[in-house]
Amino acid sequence: MHRTKAVARTRVRDVAATGSPRPVFLDLVQIQMPVGALTSITHRVTGFFLALGVPFGIYLLDLSLEGPQSYARVTRLFDNVAFRVTAVLFVWVLAHHLLAGIRHLLSDIDIGSRLPIARRSAWIVNFGGAAIALFAAAAWL
Amino acid sequence: MAVRIAATGLRAWLVQRASAIYMLLFIVFLLAHFTVDPPHSYPAWHAWMTSYGVRIITTVFFAALLAHAWVGLRDVVMDYVHATALRVCVLALLGFSLAATGVWMMRILWMARG
Repeated sequence: MHRTKAVARTRVRDVAATGSPRPVFLDLVQIQMPVGALTSITHRVTGFFLALGVPFGIYLLDLSLEGPQSYARVTRLFDNVAFRVTAVLFVWVLAHHLLAGIRHLLSDIDIGSRLPIARRSAWIVNFGGAAIALFAAAAWL
Repeated sequence: MAVRIAATGLRAWLVQRASAIYMLLFIVFLLAHFTVDPPHSYPAWHAWMTSYGVRIITTVFFAALLAHAWVGLRDVVMDYVHATALRVCVLALLGFSLAATGVWMMRILWMARG
């Protein structure tokens, strides 16, 4: 009941806004994305965060090569819980992005393009990334 | 008016795939190397990182990474930033940041004392 009302409201608003008779429904709270869409948008979001992380990675590399003392500083970062939690999150983000990317590459050569297999591989990517992050958490936390 | 930048269409697709495959191989190599023979001290780490082989494959890795980030983030910008002037500014800023990152990385990699 509540849902129908929301849909109706959205339709009226968007028809008025765009002047097009096609209904647009973009209520992000109510939309239920198919699993492949979830894998796809998280591929994009994780890619964005990985790009943001690049300068931090380069900074750590620079520090580690500067001399024995700054090298020791980098290795001691792992004593910090906040740093270890960040490292686990990084592993999750990277693992998800890599697995989703491999799924893309396979799909390019026509492996797993059909919907049932594509849905299953999307589940594997989503849970595979989380599983790798859990391994990292078990090792570091 | 759409803003067109050199890497569009098929070329962007190819750059994204080629860079992805190289980075994947590089990461697998790193994981394997650090599992089998992790550096135990600063001299060992420094010697490994500044050896010519590692410098070269790392240079290629960062070239692939920056190209990959450019194609990916450019797509994101073009999907969400529609006003032409703003889009040009954001893409210019992005290109400048990635180029600066590349210069920074090359300085670290090739000007570190061997």
